[in-house]
Amino acid sequence: MSTFLRTVSAETAKITTTRMWWVLALVLFVYVLVLSGGLGALFGAGSSGSLPGGTTGEIPTTGLAPLLYSFASSIGYVFPVLLGALAVTGEVRHQTLTPTLLATPRRGLVLAAKLVVLLGFGALFGVIGLVASVGGGAGALALFDIDTELGSSDTWALFARLVLAMALWAAVGIGLGSVVTNQVAVIVIVIAFTQFVEPVLRSVGALADWIGDIVRFLPGAASDALVGASVFSAMAPGQESLDWWVGALVLAGIAAVLTVIGALTTWRRDVT
Amino acid sequence: MTDVRTIDIEAVTKRFGPVAAVNALSFQVQPGRVTGFLGPNGAGKTTTLRMLLGLVRPSQGRATFGGVPYSELVSPLRTVGAALEAASFHPGRTARNHLRVAATASGIARSRVDEVLGLVGLAEFADRRVGGYSLGMRQRLGLAFALLGDPGVLVLDEPINGLDPEGIKWIRSLLRALASEGRTVLVSSHLLSEVQQSVDDVVIIARGELVHSGTLASLSAGDSVSVLVDAPDRSALGDALAAAGYAVTRARSGLIVAGVEAEEVGRTAFEAGIPLSSLQRQSSGLEDTFLHLVEGNR
Ligand SMILES: Nc1ncnc2c1ncn2[C@@H]1O[C@H](COP(=O)(O)OP(=O)(O)OP(=O)(O)O)[C@@H](O)[C@H]1O
Ligand SMILES: [Mg+2]
Repeated sequence: MSTFLRTVSAETAKITTTRMWWVLALVLFVYVLVLSGGLGALFGAGSSGSLPGGTTGEIPTTGLAPLLYSFASSIGYVFPVLLGALAVTGEVRHQTLTPTLLATPRRGLVLAAKLVVLLGFGALFGVIGLVASVGGGAGALALFDIDTELGSSDTWALFARLVLAMALWAAVGIGLGSVVTNQVAVIVIVIAFTQFVEPVLRSVGALADWIGDIVRFLPGAASDALVGASVFSAMAPGQESLDWWVGALVLAGIAAVLTVIGALTTWRRDVT
Repeated sequence: MTDVRTIDIEAVTKRFGPVAAVNALSFQVQPGRVTGFLGPNGAGKTTTLRMLLGLVRPSQGRATFGGVPYSELVSPLRTVGAALEAASFHPGRTARNHLRVAATASGIARSRVDEVLGLVGLAEFADRRVGGYSLGMRQRLGLAFALLGDPGVLVLDEPINGLDPEGIKWIRSLLRALASEGRTVLVSSHLLSEVQQSVDDVVIIARGELVHSGTLASLSAGDSVSVLVDAPDRSALGDALAAAGYAVTRARSGLIVAGVEAEEVGRTAFEAGIPLSSLQRQSSGLEDTFLHLVEGNR
């Protein structure tokens, strides 16, 4: 086996031999299940008029199914980012960089292997998120006799793009972790950016076209464009999003630029 | 064991900001011998070893294994086995998994993992998370990691720290055994007495600079000898020795006579007709010589 493949299997083993990955996967699953099921039931009840004071057909049900399914990424994307970032910062925090680099003294190779492994785990998180969002969302819709659109090829294309998006998010995590190697700092940055900074910026983007033109290149917006449906675009209609493949390129580009910066700076530092 | 090499430290300097942790240090470590790498806290031992292992970039100079830097070794873990700090383990990973990750990265057979775990006495704790390990157990795991690839060169940073007496005895005989198989063994310590029984050669540094290198015997050349002697009539003995021209100092348990052998002191007392109650040769000891060397550099 080539050194690279051996490094890839070692990096895979590093993730599967600690608890972090399944703790994050479990939280992702529960979080997405509850939200897609809960909102699915709420919308379903609203559109069938079973909410108090409502009338039948008040809320349109077209596009409701893909919207619910996309929760796997539009809400769950923070989990692959964290897994990716922690795969790098954990090595610094627990000083495992020493045994890692003793076994594989080529630092660029180690980082490249991490990238490959995390693309895989990101995709796995995409599948786990989808099982939750389809389980919760389609289950809720079915209760109210709303079309789950699971027979449509468009829905399955969305699933594929969503898995790709989640894989790219994990790669963004690797890039972020290699630039900011402090574990606490990276967690704060991920949470603050995904839960606060970007949502605020995207809301501001609705105010003027030129702001919107910039804001759609933000990673979360690019991800939503790639997946093709999201709560966010549903809440701010009229805002034009990128083509799905441009969204993919933006995410991949962010991951690549961050990883290269990390590889050339912090990743080359002395390990003491 | 595939590949036995020397360790070559050639004019290596490492500066952390304005501080030179290691300064123009050169020495060579030979196969088939245990070499003690000694120096007080902060002398630069760990920094030197980390430069040798490609973890820290030297400001100047080269640290290699027979001319090949660590990062260019074809099969690093099979060539060099290194144990640095005891803390370099993910607390949530088991000992077995820790070694498996390294074995996977280096293409080492899985059966070797169980072998080295048995060798260091961790077999029954192999599936416990390292977070619950004691310092001594971590040291043993670090040693298992170093031995994993059956390497021809061993680089061990303070491997005796935290071991129990039985563990210390065991590691001393292990070091001897590894060297007698022809391997190159470099062991750091801040105490000479800790490794004195197992080393052939010593490299002593202080403040990042070499103060002595050579065989262990070369250290005792600087030894000074004295004799501790006592008699029921201590003052008569003191007078007789002073009359014979010896430098005598009083101690709690007798008189110390510097720079003589016990035989001469015994003869002097016999000739003066003074019966002795004790007569002991005292050597200042290697540890004193070591401390003297190290302090002379301050
Ligand atoms: N990353 C670092 N940044 C700044 N200074 C450092 C760094 N690592 C080591 N030093 C300094 O370099 C010097 C040598 O340290 P080193 O750890 O090599 O000593 P040592 O001989 O291993 O000591 P000990 O016996 O305590 O382990 C010390 O003065 C230390 O403070
Ligand atoms: Mg040290």
